[in-house]
Amino acid sequence: MKTVIVVGNGMVGYKFCEKLVANEESKDFKIIVFGEEPRPAYDRVHLSEFFANQDAKALEMAPAEWYIENNIELIISERITDIHRANKKITTVKNREFSYDYLVLATGSSAFVPPIKGVEKEGVFVYRTIEDLEGMLAYAAKLKDKNPNARAAVLGGGLLGLEAGKAVMDMGLEPHIVEFAPKLMPRQLDSRSSQVLQLKLESIGLNIHLSKATNQILGAHAITGMEFGEDDILDVEMLVISAGIRPRDELGKSCDLKMGVRGGIVVDNKMQTSDKSIYAIGEVALYNQMIYGLVAPGYEMANVAVSQILGKQEIVMAAEIDMSTKLKLIGVDVASFGEPFMPAAKGHSVIFENKTQHLYKRINVSLDGKKLLGGILVGDASDYNMLHQVYLNSMPIPEDPSQLILPANEGGAFGSAMDLPDNAVVCSCENVTKGQICCSVTDDGNETLKDVAKATKASTSCGGCKPMVDDLVKETLKSLGKVVKERICEHFDYSRQELYDIVKMKEIKDFDLLLDTHGTGIGCETCKPLAASLFASIFNETANKQETIQDSNDRYLANIQRNGTYSVVPRVAGGEISPKQLIAMGRIANKYDLYTKISGGQRIVLFGAKLHELPLIWEELIAEGFETGQAYGKSLRTVKSCVGSTWCRYGLDESVSFAIEIENRYKGIRSPHKFKGGVSGCIRECAEARGKDFGFIAVEGGWNIYIGGNGGANPKHAVLLAEKVDKETAIKYVDRYLMFYIRTAQPLMRTAAWLDKLEGGIDYVKDVVINDCLGIVKQLDEEMQFMVDTYKCEWTEAVENPEIRARYTHFVNSDEEDKNIEFVNLREQKMPTPWA
Amino acid sequence: MLDTLLQDYSTVQLERVKVWFKAAKINKFPKNGGACVKYKDKQIAVFNFSRENKWYACQNLCPHKMEMVLSRGMIGEDMGTPKVACPMHKKTFSLDTGENLNGDLDSIATYPVKIEDNFVYIGFSE
Ligand code: SRM
Ligand SMILES: Cc1cc2nc3c(=O)[nH]c(=O)nc-3n(C[C@H](O)[C@H](O)[C@H](O)COP(=O)(O)OP(=O)(O)OC[C@H]3O[C@@H](n4cnc5c(N)ncnc54)[C@H](O)[C@@H]3O)c2cc1C
Ligand code: SF4
Ligand code: FES
Repeated sequence: MKTVIVVGNGMVGYKFCEKLVANEESKDFKIIVFGEEPRPAYDRVHLSEFFANQDAKALEMAPAEWYIENNIELIISERITDIHRANKKITTVKNREFSYDYLVLATGSSAFVPPIKGVEKEGVFVYRTIEDLEGMLAYAAKLKDKNPNARAAVLGGGLLGLEAGKAVMDMGLEPHIVEFAPKLMPRQLDSRSSQVLQLKLESIGLNIHLSKATNQILGAHAITGMEFGEDDILDVEMLVISAGIRPRDELGKSCDLKMGVRGGIVVDNKMQTSDKSIYAIGEVALYNQMIYGLVAPGYEMANVAVSQILGKQEIVMAAEIDMSTKLKLIGVDVASFGEPFMPAAKGHSVIFENKTQHLYKRINVSLDGKKLLGGILVGDASDYNMLHQVYLNSMPIPEDPSQLILPANEGGAFGSAMDLPDNAVVCSCENVTKGQICCSVTDDGNETLKDVAKATKASTSCGGCKPMVDDLVKETLKSLGKVVKERICEHFDYSRQELYDIVKMKEIKDFDLLLDTHGTGIGCETCKPLAASLFASIFNETANKQETIQDSNDRYLANIQRNGTYSVVPRVAGGEISPKQLIAMGRIANKYDLYTKISGGQRIVLFGAKLHELPLIWEELIAEGFETGQAYGKSLRTVKSCVGSTWCRYGLDESVSFAIEIENRYKGIRSPHKFKGGVSGCIRECAEARGKDFGFIAVEGGWNIYIGGNGGANPKHAVLLAEKVDKETAIKYVDRYLMFYIRTAQPLMRTAAWLDKLEGGIDYVKDVVINDCLGIVKQLDEEMQFMVDTYKCEWTEAVENPEIRARYTHFVNSDEEDKNIEFVNLREQKMPTPWA
Repeated sequence: MLDTLLQDYSTVQLERVKVWFKAAKINKFPKNGGACVKYKDKQIAVFNFSRENKWYACQNLCPHKMEMVLSRGMIGEDMGTPKVACPMHKKTFSLDTGENLNGDLDSIATYPVKIEDNFVYIGFSE
């Protein structure tokens, strides 16, 4: 049995272990890992998330048990101090000795602290470890106690510096970024994009100081300021240094491995150092005379080192390493890929800039106009993934390359996912290529996304690539001449739209009957709620009638929460609520000891109701004039409003009245997915109507209607359906649009995704709902009117019906409560005991 | 405390049943749905597959986040295997074997059910 010792349990050291134990052959190795930090490896890339929740566990790459389960001996809080190459031993700071056959140095790097006078002062931090962040948090809290307007600076305006700037801003300190170069992110951005970025950052409250060389840090014990020139001083009480990294190469130096001139342990393309038994990977390794300060090359190095140690000599590091990056967290999109700056001799640049919207896009194209060489995106990086794929795979680009970056160019320029080369990595979590996905369909006979996912693992991790995998599966099936059927599940050989028509035409109102006549088996958690949604959308049946085919939340007309209790969300149409109603709600919440908050949808949510309390609470709310808010349903949620011309000095029309009217019109309507609305009194758009499935904005001369927007995981702005129409027309168009969506969308598809998939897009919707090109608007109008006329409050129905009420008990054979529900205190309210 | 709860539940095979616990009348259980039965300190989810006229029982505790919620889940079938989907995150479990069908969570404990005189009985070994 051979021994592999890994020095450093950071991101790359961890990845090495993960890759090693994934191989059968690893059974022949004893693996020992040393980490100097007091905890197992964590995700440094997402370090800033620690500020939000201070949850170190959430950042763990793997829990301590993982190492045990995989027979890895993990020794933390113990630094390696020496390597004795002659007899293949290492010594730790506790003077313990260990022998190795292979030694892997994954010691990473540390923050570079420039030799400025006074850097040792209290209040000066670096940004690298959880301990650094804890120190900053504690110090910032102390500062703010003394001075609520305390200021903090970040030295360095690079990728990391900006992230640190956002972090100090989120800590409530006035943030300043100090950069030596005349522009931000000097390594990734050209000067124009850097200016656009600066404007954007200033607009969110960061103060930027460029071309500043810091002479000294002022202050007696603790920092009070930074001095740049004689009269050039910035008063700050805290400083975060983010001026680059230095490899932790001291072990290499002391045992005489070959080193770079400016540090770093030299490795070849096998990740071997000048001693064949010693490998170096990650931020300590100097490859191609470079230290790669990104995690992806580090992971690749880990992969190469594992392969080499296991004897797979053909696997070596690529000669060129992709340094494309996308800035995260800061609330502004910034990305650069390939060759961001380009000498005119090598190619041409296409640049789009719009400073009013803080938008800058640049792509660099080869001289013959055929290849994408690199680019920069500031303000909107939504095309980054696709552009990056085009660059990586040298895919052909449109004759007019500006199509790749011009706005209002909905997807057209890229063609389909089928244009990707076979070796393009579609699922980067599981490293699955387009070729593997397509082969799984053509060669292995998998015909659904589910089967392909099972066979290839694509889309099973973070799920971000699911839409692309789905497209690939469908397109491949089509290319085989197979009809691609959006089959609901194993129980119904129909698409949602087909089943919609069946239910409607044959007036089938009962799930069992639907199964008997058109399905097989007994159904599942996919087809049951889908059928329930159809019965609701077509017959306006409430969720009370066939309760066991409803989605979990609909079954009890409430959203289930962490500890099995529920939330209570009464409708507050348009967000308008009277003091009297507030008092009533407060009284009831108090009586049942419910946690209370204002929801993100402009209404009030009461949390922590036990199952048996739900009818009691609702009975009292209904008596006070409230009705269900259907926060649980795939149905209308809220119509958000701004105060509009009633109060606001800019308002052009009464947005609150309109929002209330429209919320009451659409309440109770069930749809393929939830839908939300917004009404703003003018284009300042305080109601965020363009972030909703439908939105109205008052303009001079009427209302503008927008459709197909949402927030959520893939935010999308709504697009214009009609301009300057009166209220009645606006309602008519939206009625038709919604019914058309309800009829034709796939299950769990929001309006934005529906619009995106709809052939002809927004122009087609206009044709259908305004020009009546299908001749169906009369029918759509009638269907909507039926829904409006037959609305019932489900909770009123439930509390009045003893049979429905009886569903709300925890046990069938006892009136006892569930003893396992636990709460803990939270800021004078309560919350569920957190999950382990 | 909830972690130790898991130890209260282990599968009972029909031939090991010592006690048939008379839980409740069959009409107390929703058609094609579930309800929760209390037996000593245990919570048992009982499911009425009325379409097939079959009954199943399992622990009410979901091993994913240790919440007492499975009886409130939706039932169905996966290629002939009867299953329940947890209402919290839709993890599905076979009601035949207790196996987690869409992940690698620990299996849940299952219990025999019999119907006599319109009453539901659950089999326990203690
Ligand atoms: C309570 C609330 C958060 C809060 O504390 O404020 C909330 C809570 C939940 N949201 Fe939300 N969302 C809430 C406002 C929002 C908003 C803001 C808004 O409406 O303006 C959004 C973004 C806007 C949008 O939808 O376009 C939002 C986008 C989502 C999404 C992502 C949808 C998407 O299309 O990507 C989900 C997931 C889903 O529905 O599949 C979600 C799902 C959920 C669920 C249902 C998750 C779940 O299944 O339990 C949460 C239910 C908790 C509960 O018991 O009610 N929630 N959620 C907000 C309730 C608003 C209300 O009054 O009804
Ligand atoms: C705030 C922040 C944000 C970042 N964002 C991104 C990003 O968006 N994208 C990206 O690609 N990269 C990002 N990075 C960089 C990325 O985190 C690093 O590239 C990556 O962590 C390098 O991994 P590593 O294992 O080589 O080094 P590290 O993660 O630093 O791990 C080295 C470990 O070795 C330990 N060690 C050192 N010497 C010894 C010794 N003698 N004995 C025992 N243990 C020792 C250290 O304590 C450390 O725990 C970010 C970094 C930071 C700090
Ligand atoms: S964003 Fe919505 S779904 Fe996510 S935790 Fe918050 S409330 Fe829950
Ligand atoms: S708690 Fe049951 S699936 Fe998460």
